[in-house]
Amino acid sequence: MIGSLDSKIPSGPLADKWANHKDHSRLVSPNNRRKFEIIVVGSGLAGGSAAATLGELGYHVKCFCYQDSPRRAHSIAAQGGINAAKNYQNDGDSVFRLFYDTIKGGDFRSREANVYRLAEVSNLIIDHCVEQGVPFAREYGGLLANRSFGGAQVSRTFYARGQTGQQLLLGAYQALCRQIAAGNVEMFPQTEMLDLVLIDGHAKGIVTRSLVSGRIESHSGDAVVLATGGYGNVFYLSTNARGCNVTATYRAYKKGALFANPCYTQIHPTCIPVSGENQSKLTLMSESLRNDGRVWVPKKPDDKRPPSQIPEAERDYYLERKYPSFGNLAPRDISSRSAKEVCDEGRGVGESGRGVYLDFADAIARVGENTIRERYGNLFHIYEKITGENAYERPMRIYPAVHYTMGGLWVDYNLMSNVPGLHVIGEANFSDHGANRLGASALMQGLADGYFVLPYTLPAYLAGQIGKRPATDHPEFRKAESDVQARTRKLLAINGKRSVDSFHRELGLLLWDKCGMARNAAGLSEALARIPALREEFWRDVRVPGDGEEFNQSLERAGRVADFLEFAELMCTDALSRDESCGGHFREEHQTPDGEALRDDEHFADVFAWEYQGNGSVAPPKLHREPLVFETVELTQRSYK
Amino acid sequence: MRFKLKVWRQKDPKAKGKLVEYEAIGVSPNTSFLEMLDVVNEGLVARGEEPIAFDSDCREGICGTCSLTINGEAHGPDHPGAACEVYMRRFKDGATIVVEPFRAKPFPLIKDLVVDRSALDRIVQAGGFVAARAGSAPEANSTLIPKHRADRAMEAAACIGCGACAAACPNASAMLFTAAKVSHLAFLPQGQPERTSRVLKMVTAMDAEGFGNCTNTYECEAVCPAEISASLIAKLNREYVIASLRRNAGE
Repeated sequence: MIGSLDSKIPSGPLADKWANHKDHSRLVSPNNRRKFEIIVVGSGLAGGSAAATLGELGYHVKCFCYQDSPRRAHSIAAQGGINAAKNYQNDGDSVFRLFYDTIKGGDFRSREANVYRLAEVSNLIIDHCVEQGVPFAREYGGLLANRSFGGAQVSRTFYARGQTGQQLLLGAYQALCRQIAAGNVEMFPQTEMLDLVLIDGHAKGIVTRSLVSGRIESHSGDAVVLATGGYGNVFYLSTNARGCNVTATYRAYKKGALFANPCYTQIHPTCIPVSGENQSKLTLMSESLRNDGRVWVPKKPDDKRPPSQIPEAERDYYLERKYPSFGNLAPRDISSRSAKEVCDEGRGVGESGRGVYLDFADAIARVGENTIRERYGNLFHIYEKITGENAYERPMRIYPAVHYTMGGLWVDYNLMSNVPGLHVIGEANFSDHGANRLGASALMQGLADGYFVLPYTLPAYLAGQIGKRPATDHPEFRKAESDVQARTRKLLAINGKRSVDSFHRELGLLLWDKCGMARNAAGLSEALARIPALREEFWRDVRVPGDGEEFNQSLERAGRVADFLEFAELMCTDALSRDESCGGHFREEHQTPDGEALRDDEHFADVFAWEYQGNGSVAPPKLHREPLVFETVELTQRSYK
Repeated sequence: MRFKLKVWRQKDPKAKGKLVEYEAIGVSPNTSFLEMLDVVNEGLVARGEEPIAFDSDCREGICGTCSLTINGEAHGPDHPGAACEVYMRRFKDGATIVVEPFRAKPFPLIKDLVVDRSALDRIVQAGGFVAARAGSAPEANSTLIPKHRADRAMEAAACIGCGACAAACPNASAMLFTAAKVSHLAFLPQGQPERTSRVLKMVTAMDAEGFGNCTNTYECEAVCPAEISASLIAKLNREYVIASLRRNAGE
């Protein structure tokens, strides 16, 4: 069905590709733009910025989000910052260095051209956000301030206290509000996309359910843009918001869009450890804490002494010991795995034994408690609220948690999937972070896609599509609507004994165990055997109270968990097929003598893009491979020592 | 720990609502308030009853989705912080806890503890932005902004848009919310060109939504999870007066 994957990467030298591409892409004239309707699903950094910018350009945009306001999209929770190659610190940064750090951080599993473009537009993002009124941190002289982040040796991260995501999202939200008021964007909050509609093979609309009234509706458009974030909640416990889900991208996958690299998930090293079985989410402590905190565990296993009574000589500052040049600032995948290792050795701290110390005592002695309070006061406050402990006096306990997903729908250089008209941006696509994302790169990518890439690449598709928007009474819409309704009825009719959350929690534990920070063939095979059984039990024994034509949160969650139960299998299939270690995908069978991820560039320097053939064992998904061509960088073993 | 809950149940906007009693048993002090409600809901589903509808999303105090009035206080007893940041160790074992929605006329009830706060979005749509087109911005460091001004702008911009200010106010005033956005942009050079029209339009929208006026009870500041200072309401009033004079003078 699908031939070879054409990434449409422009020819020419790396540094000129984007400029050349823009110079030769087709345009849509201003008087034609208003004839196009663009559907944007999601209103976070990627969706919000895209909807606002397309509205500014004169397109008619319909923007959908499940939250009650576009301002609540989960981008809002990003704490640390956003990277840009401004070199304001005069410390040797450049577009090339940002590009190189990002592609190396991703363990050489992303496309050179995409990552270079990301680094190139990073500076425009900072200019634009400042112009919108984003209150970035500043120095006394009035210049913008920067800080350093994991995986980089320069200070290129812009930030707004510990609330950078919030401030950037509010910038995009305000731009979106302006377009809503101008009539260019029509906003549909509390509306969930439940299916994608294809007409003659092109994405021309979606079917949605109002989360307030339960009404099922069709919306047609000339193109569909998915900006629906990542699938981290497949693990149940993650730093994602409760509502984050895979449904939109998974529905698109079932309609023929390829899902790329689903096994690339990021486990963030600095989160507050799990405290009990009723826990509903995990809370991140910004990576910026690693600038001043020192990570350690006791040298002896099962050491139950309070941290203050463990003498210096009996502590193991394992990141500093293993990675002397990056120390506590080693990239996320490496720091997370190291924490797991020491806990597996029985040296973890806290009641559960799944935790390590992040200790600020040295930093407080060096710069004083007040300075630490100024830098991280809000984080220490959150930590105290959640754990009841004072981190100025006693080291924080942290443990890795699922945070971000690098995999997503496959897109070409124009951010269009293999389904013509279906564009995918932000965390929902797979394109820029390879097998591991560096800190402060997610905000950069979301805004790059929405403000400065999609507005240039979307016209290339639209130019050939004038007058092709179908009406919503087309039979394909009718069919999609009735499929959605049938599924809702089916969920409500089961009336079994188990709650939706109980299935979700069970799936999450299984994946965390078998497809989490370390994976192996036996464990993945076991997961692949157990997931279909769990899914079968779900469809036999789940209880979803209430009915479909009303506000029904159990029904919302049931639909999302049903998709996670299918998607989990795809993720494990991908993890099993990628018989190498790279970045966040650590296969225990493939490691260097000192326990680092061992890539196999000869066999796996490519993107795995999966085509839907039916669920699980009935018809396993079909694998397509896009070779990654490296014209500029040399593939090396990542070293942060 | 165990608790007796009295929770506002109301099937839809037209139905008559009432407080219904539930028991929460075996609750760990390290459980969050919303997780305690999750457990109560699991029990309700197991008994074949409808779970309590309540809003939440990020569960870390930044998205502004959660909107509970706990024992009469918007967001509950642990200020500053949103309802999702309240932990059960804040309550006495055996206590009775009353849980109601955010109540303000411009926030119509949807179901149980869920209300419609789209009125706040419409206030921002009226003018709470800078008309900056993507692609046309000057170099970021070409305009210097003194640190203290940037800090003040950030303090105002920290508003999470939850609406607790209006829920806590006896007049259901959204002036703290509106003041935060007006001030954030008024503190910055980029916000100057639209400064006059912005405040006039936003205040007009605020009034049109049915929010009341400020009578200095300071309830808004007391419950604000983002610690927005009520002094910004005074700034809003100043901005509004100056803008009105300008408009009347035909500027």
